[in-house]
Amino acid sequence: MKLILSAAGALSLSLAPAQAQNFNDPEEFAKQQEQLQAQPNGPEGEPWLQYIGDGMVETGDLGIEAPATVCFSNAGVNNPWRVVGFTNMTEELANHQSIGEFIHVDAEGSDDKQIADIDDLLAGGNCDVMIVSPNTTAALTPAVEQACESMPVIVFDRGVNTDCPVTYVHPVGGYGFGIEGAEFIAGELDEGDNVLMLRILPGVDVLETRYSAGRRILDEAGLNVVGAEFTDGDNARTKSIVEDYLMRGDIDAVWMDAGATAVAAIEAFEDSGYEIPVFVGEDQQDFLRKWEEEGMTAIAPTYPTYQWRTAVIAAARVIEGEALPGPEWVLPQPAITEETLAEYVNPAMPPLHYAMCGCETMETYPEAWGGN
Amino acid sequence: MTGSPTASRPGTGGWSLAGINPVWPLLAALVAAIVFMNPGFAEPTGYMNFLKRAAPLAILAAGQVYVITSGGFDLSQGSLITLVVVGSSMLTDNDPAATAWVIPVMLAIGLGVGAVNGAIVCFLRVPSLIATLGTMITLNGLAFLWSGGAPRGYLPDTFRFFGRELIHDVPLVRFVPVSVIVLVVVVGALAWAMHRTNLGRMVHAIGDNPVAARLAGVPVNRVRVTAFMLSGLSAAIAGILLGGFAGVSTDVGTGYELEAITAAVLGGAQLLGGRGSVPAALGGALALTAIFTLLNFLGLPQPVRQVVQGLILIAAVALAMHRRKRTGT
Repeated sequence: MKLILSAAGALSLSLAPAQAQNFNDPEEFAKQQEQLQAQPNGPEGEPWLQYIGDGMVETGDLGIEAPATVCFSNAGVNNPWRVVGFTNMTEELANHQSIGEFIHVDAEGSDDKQIADIDDLLAGGNCDVMIVSPNTTAALTPAVEQACESMPVIVFDRGVNTDCPVTYVHPVGGYGFGIEGAEFIAGELDEGDNVLMLRILPGVDVLETRYSAGRRILDEAGLNVVGAEFTDGDNARTKSIVEDYLMRGDIDAVWMDAGATAVAAIEAFEDSGYEIPVFVGEDQQDFLRKWEEEGMTAIAPTYPTYQWRTAVIAAARVIEGEALPGPEWVLPQPAITEETLAEYVNPAMPPLHYAMCGCETMETYPEAWGGN
Repeated sequence: MTGSPTASRPGTGGWSLAGINPVWPLLAALVAAIVFMNPGFAEPTGYMNFLKRAAPLAILAAGQVYVITSGGFDLSQGSLITLVVVGSSMLTDNDPAATAWVIPVMLAIGLGVGAVNGAIVCFLRVPSLIATLGTMITLNGLAFLWSGGAPRGYLPDTFRFFGRELIHDVPLVRFVPVSVIVLVVVVGALAWAMHRTNLGRMVHAIGDNPVAARLAGVPVNRVRVTAFMLSGLSAAIAGILLGGFAGVSTDVGTGYELEAITAAVLGGAQLLGGRGSVPAALGGALALTAIFTLLNFLGLPQPVRQVVQGLILIAAVALAMHRRKRTGT
């Protein structure tokens, strides 16, 4: 046992630098750039059922009887994106007779707790299928591998370093997100114009890839990146940072790796008496509303919360023995543009509701999501 | 600047006799460095923005210094800010007229939480570090429960007035942010109470030696509860300003309690009580904000910035301690 532990330790040490470089992987960048353009398979208008690529996995021989118990090990419900996603998931359950019981355990953003949660679920012996939304990739890989030995596993959002799950549900990805915003800026601005990049925090894979892809495109377009600042996702800090930059010089565009503080950044321009420049936000209602009210030049790349629905749909198909896209179920990742803005903006929804939820047609919409 | 720091300087009382509190030269040096980096800072837009940004922390530190001087800590300030911002957005429910009653309710919540903190410390004999840690966790949970984890509403412009709006056409400085006026009034009142009234003397006495204070006839419990109530009130005011400045978010107050304690200590307050000054805590809050601003202007990468920030803090507090030892104050 000791030997295995030390071997695993050595392996993870040797992998660490390699993974750090992976945040800027030209191959993955090119792949996601292509996937953004790809025509998805599946029913039009229902992107949570669509998939890019043709790979399918058969599940007929897994031998699970309906109604079955689905267990969900959740990294956390600790930010508005996950709150919306988890609501999607809960509401989607009502559509599936084959799912008898749904057991949810919340890891509250802790790797250790999530590993223990998965252990407990396995030891409890009640689960037929497990859904895992990993807190971090490397730390959760062994736990997911262990779960795979006892039952079919579906992973979504962040991935794991193993191909044992039945499928891994995710939208195109971080590079794609970064590309959509930066390409929009590059199209609106002239060479040499100033771009401020705002990031939440360093070291998170899904955010690092957004940044590296965005930076690559802005640099290639010959734009002048005046700074890349970490905001900690804090409105007050975001506003302060932008005000400080405005004192030092003009800003022609703001690129953000996530839109939660976009409105605070916009207000910094308004309160300092500047025109609002070209903006990259995300699909939160407060940003969309501001965009519409002020007639901004903007784009909202999304990391769609409808993938939380897809995870439940995948679990139901496993129970019913139907084929499903795999080993990766790559969902389309549309950006909200000026043309589609009106479809998504909805003042009745809470400010941090993520509009790309695929939930508008669900029975309990909008009340279950906090709307009026 | 606005004259507020200098005007309230006499409030440092006995301190100024032993020499100038090192927080003021530190602040002057930081401001000089910022102006050198960015001459625009010397314009009203520059320094008024700075004061506007520093106002919540300064008010918070002015409240925190009461608790520190009385010999305790108030770790619940940050989560109280969050509760005030989230609660205000829930209660106003996009109705501009609701601001008129929501703000008094929030101030009452601040006083109430302070009273509960004080009661736990005084009557249940729980050390303040633990008592307020407990309140902090409880309040965070309450804010989460209330909002369901994501804010459910916007703050109306009438509410955001205090943290966001400017009063234009002011002679000499062109404009004054409303939050700076709030800052001057609140810190002025807290400084007066601390350094010109019997309450302030009793707060110092119970922090210095609670037994001696009790024997001398100081109502220790009442004074301690009052200190916590003022700290809670300051957090509620800071929350109203922060919500106004930047809008609703569910982690707006995170970390503010430690910044407030740092600001108070930078101003020479003694952890575990007996010494503390409201004007110097204001100086500490301004110096702390100046450090953040300066590091922003320098454009250093984030990790370097954190290292520098930590080192500056340790050096500044060490300097303050060294000076106190030397002057014996």
